[in-house]
Amino acid sequence: MTDEHKTEETRALRLGIAGPVGTGKSSVIAALCRHLRDEFAIGVITNDIYTDEDARFLKSEGVLPEERIRAVETGACPHTAIRDDVTMNLMAVEDMERDFAPLDIVLVESGGDNLTATFSPALVDAQIFVLDVAGGGDVARKGGPGIGRADLLVINKIDLGEHVDVDVVQMVTDAENARDGAPVLPLSRKRPETVEKLCDWVRQMHKTYAAGGHIPIDPGPMAPHHHPHADSHEHGHPHSHSHD
Amino acid sequence: MQVHEIGKQAALLLLADGRLPAGGYAHSGGLEPAITAGRVTDVAGLERFLIGRTETAGSLAASFAAAACAGSQGGDLSGLPMLEAELDARIPSPELRKVSRDLGRQLRRAMNSIHPHSHFAALGRAPHQPVVMGVAAAVLGLGPREAALAILHENTAGAAAAAAKLMRIDPFEVHAILARMTARLDRLAVKAAEFVNRPFADLPAPGSPLTDIAAEHHRRSDVRLFAS
Repeated sequence: MTDEHKTEETRALRLGIAGPVGTGKSSVIAALCRHLRDEFAIGVITNDIYTDEDARFLKSEGVLPEERIRAVETGACPHTAIRDDVTMNLMAVEDMERDFAPLDIVLVESGGDNLTATFSPALVDAQIFVLDVAGGGDVARKGGPGIGRADLLVINKIDLGEHVDVDVVQMVTDAENARDGAPVLPLSRKRPETVEKLCDWVRQMHKTYAAGGHIPIDPGPMAPHHHPHADSHEHGHPHSHSHD
Repeated sequence: MQVHEIGKQAALLLLADGRLPAGGYAHSGGLEPAITAGRVTDVAGLERFLIGRTETAGSLAASFAAAACAGSQGGDLSGLPMLEAELDARIPSPELRKVSRDLGRQLRRAMNSIHPHSHFAALGRAPHQPVVMGVAAAVLGLGPREAALAILHENTAGAAAAAAKLMRIDPFEVHAILARMTARLDRLAVKAAEFVNRPFADLPAPGSPLTDIAAEHHRRSDVRLFAS
């Protein structure tokens, strides 16, 4: 017996949930489990910066049987675990798929990181990037790989907009502009119709994936961008470089 | 002419590189519990810890990696279960046995994707990290000394890399320690490879019991940055 990666017959849709700390990744996962667990066989892998806090939260919420929620400890490198070195997560997903075969969906929650942290297509088939209005209305406009090119961008906690002086409609428009028409979903767990839209997106993604019609997209690392220097005397021309 | 005689050193660097995607970054090699318990507090303490780790856990892993490499080179993997059992017997902490097997699975998963070979499938369900390292070295055309050196480097540099996240320390000082230890690692690798023709039961059994106990405490700790 070996850790074979050729498990096509038991292969689930692997769906990543990324985004900065505190935007509501765990809550999104809890909502998905709660609403979809009767339709799909689901497993969850959490990534924590330290210990297994997120796995404990999900277990305490009782959204899935405890054994279907597993934590991967990332040694304070949450971005590495979903991008440069996915081995621990990949094995956690494969173990989960093997232990509870057949699973329909495995949700992988990244440890909260910055705007540049996205999943490698070697680990997930599709990914949701989660922002929230409380993190600031200008965040969506800043763009970056997750905001620009995740399969779905969720703008969470829209019910808080008025309390934090954020124009939710403007934030959604900014996000749509940053994404070239790719889907943006305003979400609040206090507005059931938005949660239903999230579930519908996952249902559709699973259907497309199961039919073999989904091709994983890599949001990629931070895109190279121009630094327009007012005093670009050294080069005499704008330059671009990529940030890491 | 010399260039043609450099041997397989590039393969060794590939195998020993901390950037090899096999999940080693999540572990501190026992440094975090040592710092938490107040046993390592400064640069001098870190150097003593790293030397101690290399001379005990590092040397142990090195002799097993060398033995696994020698067996794998000859294409005879039938002794691996016995080798695994002998290594189990030398790691008192259940937690550290599990860490060694987790890291072994990860290394095998990574190497079998990077450089597929039938030997990886013969390693069993959850092989120990040093054993996988020995087989991986053989598969890359390396010998027992190189296998030993790769795991010694992994053991030492992995724990050292965790220091900057765990204590107030200048990263240059951390690498200065590693630089001072290079001759020691070379010497220990040669020594580890001297056991390859001996029965597995005669492999050395260096240990540091307090790190085994600390590893158990660490597993039960609510707040930790590193998995071990």
